[in-house]
Amino acid sequence: MGKVALRMLFGDPGKYLGLVFGIAFATLLMAQQAGLFVGILGRTVSQIVDVQEADLWVMDPRVKYSDVTEPMTDTQLYRVRSVEGVAWALPFYRAMSTARSPDGILEQTLLLGVDDATLTGAPRKVLLGNIDDLRQPDAVAIDRAGFGRLWPNVPLDLGREVEINDRRVKVVAITEAGAPFTTAPVVVMRYSQALIVAQPRRSQLSYVIARAAPGHNAEDVAARIARDTGLQGLTRDGFVNKTMTYFLRNTGIPINFGITIALGFIVGAAIVGQTFFLFVVENLRQFGALKAIGVGNLAILRMVLLQAGVAAVTGYSIGIGLAAAFFEFVPRISIELRGLALPAEVAVGVAAAVLLIIAAASFASVRRVLVVDPAIVFRG
Amino acid sequence: MSFAVKCRDVIKSFESEAGLQRVLHGVDLDVPWGEMTMLVGPSGCGKTTLLSIVAGILSFDSGDVEVDGQDIAKMSDALRVAFRRRTLGFIFQQYNLLPALTAAENAAIPLVAGGMELSAAAKAAMPLLDQLGMGEHAAKLPRQLSGGQQQRVAIARALVHEPKLVVCDEPTAALDATGGRTVMEMLRAASVRADRATLVVTHDHRIFDFADRIVRMEDGRIAGIETKALETVP
Repeated sequence: MGKVALRMLFGDPGKYLGLVFGIAFATLLMAQQAGLFVGILGRTVSQIVDVQEADLWVMDPRVKYSDVTEPMTDTQLYRVRSVEGVAWALPFYRAMSTARSPDGILEQTLLLGVDDATLTGAPRKVLLGNIDDLRQPDAVAIDRAGFGRLWPNVPLDLGREVEINDRRVKVVAITEAGAPFTTAPVVVMRYSQALIVAQPRRSQLSYVIARAAPGHNAEDVAARIARDTGLQGLTRDGFVNKTMTYFLRNTGIPINFGITIALGFIVGAAIVGQTFFLFVVENLRQFGALKAIGVGNLAILRMVLLQAGVAAVTGYSIGIGLAAAFFEFVPRISIELRGLALPAEVAVGVAAAVLLIIAAASFASVRRVLVVDPAIVFRG
Repeated sequence: MSFAVKCRDVIKSFESEAGLQRVLHGVDLDVPWGEMTMLVGPSGCGKTTLLSIVAGILSFDSGDVEVDGQDIAKMSDALRVAFRRRTLGFIFQQYNLLPALTAAENAAIPLVAGGMELSAAAKAAMPLLDQLGMGEHAAKLPRQLSGGQQQRVAIARALVHEPKLVVCDEPTAALDATGGRTVMEMLRAASVRADRATLVVTHDHRIFDFADRIVRMEDGRIAGIETKALETVP
């Protein structure tokens, strides 16, 4: 009876398209908003994730998330190095600073200072120039998006000068850095250079980035650092989670996106539920006739589930395709949307939500079909 | 004489706002093999209820109902569904064709319900559609057919799986006089044979002459039986 069920489904193109559109719309809305949510949340930790070499981050115990630092004295770096299980530990500077281009364009930038000797923590992907040139005096690397903000409509090139906190520096490399939450340009310098450029403070060390020695568990080493130094020692994942949790708890991001995702779910459920329910109810007489003729409840159940399944797969495929197209093409239109993508987890999660919607709609409809009295076909 | 249907002292009540209402008051009915029996009477007399009980789609309070020698009250739900699929053919007042299927596919539904593949079943239904003058319309959808043509497709659907009992509910109610007679001529020609019984519920007196036997019902009781020779059985 599967073919009969499909012919019933496709035989009313208006209702079928309404059903597919409803599922596709709900899928698109949920996937697009959830993808944006995950992407924006990911931006809050992009500068942690970018430093792949380190699996430990050490900071002042009062630091709640990566954007706001409490500077430490340089001696803390040596204390961390002395902790058992630490393979290496290096300084890492992070602060917001003001950049001004020769054309007078002002931009708030994210200034990162990396270890002078090893340049550990500098972006790995270099589009133009050589990251080793950071060792030159007053040299900076700037990310592609930041270059476009300071020099709009200018092709990427090297050697341009920019003032950061009134100190002139020269661009020696263009990088592809993870977009920060504020999408500010990411400027990277040597640690010693960054301290000169930055606003002077009594203490300057933002973070110590470190790596656990072979044979040592990063979490154990982080706990040992905290115990031995009194500082806050976290694994990279731990710092990522702490920062994300801060944003989730202290900003309107989850609520706003959560509302939209919930709306997508509710609107989708309403459209799909009502359309499918009406589709089945309007076919009740036909189902009643089939039952009278001798089609059992199990076969009827299979027919309804097949109809629901086909509509769900078609609608989901269209909706998730549109969402994927959004994340593929929109970042090409605006560089500010770079790095936003449709994670597989979101696609799977939305599939589960669509399954839930269609299961609820099927359950409500099937119930009507299963309890329908086949004798209704004898009532004119 | 042997009977395809034997009902003895069948009682059926329905719940209503006014309380429990009895619609069948101990009905006895015999439907012989090889004949077309018409169940006639005014609206509300219980004929459709009796037909539904005989067809195994409505339960009854008490009494005995045997169809093709089998006690349908003693069957499980699943057995009753399978019994209907094998033994009964249905013709409904409103045709109840599936709008998305062609005439041939609609006629083939009982074969599909029995496990045959749709296109093979549609092919198997073609000789019957030809016999009913619907061969050239086999590929049409129900909305492209007249009422009489749709009812002929419904007749094909009722007979395609060679049922022992054909039950028809007001088969001509939605047709004009000419259309109704044409449909009845075809129904009689196609369905009446020695190893099959046909039970028709109707109050269309214009088609009474197609019956071999007319059972009159009034107020939930059998009021009289007339045979072809208009012999009245008290």
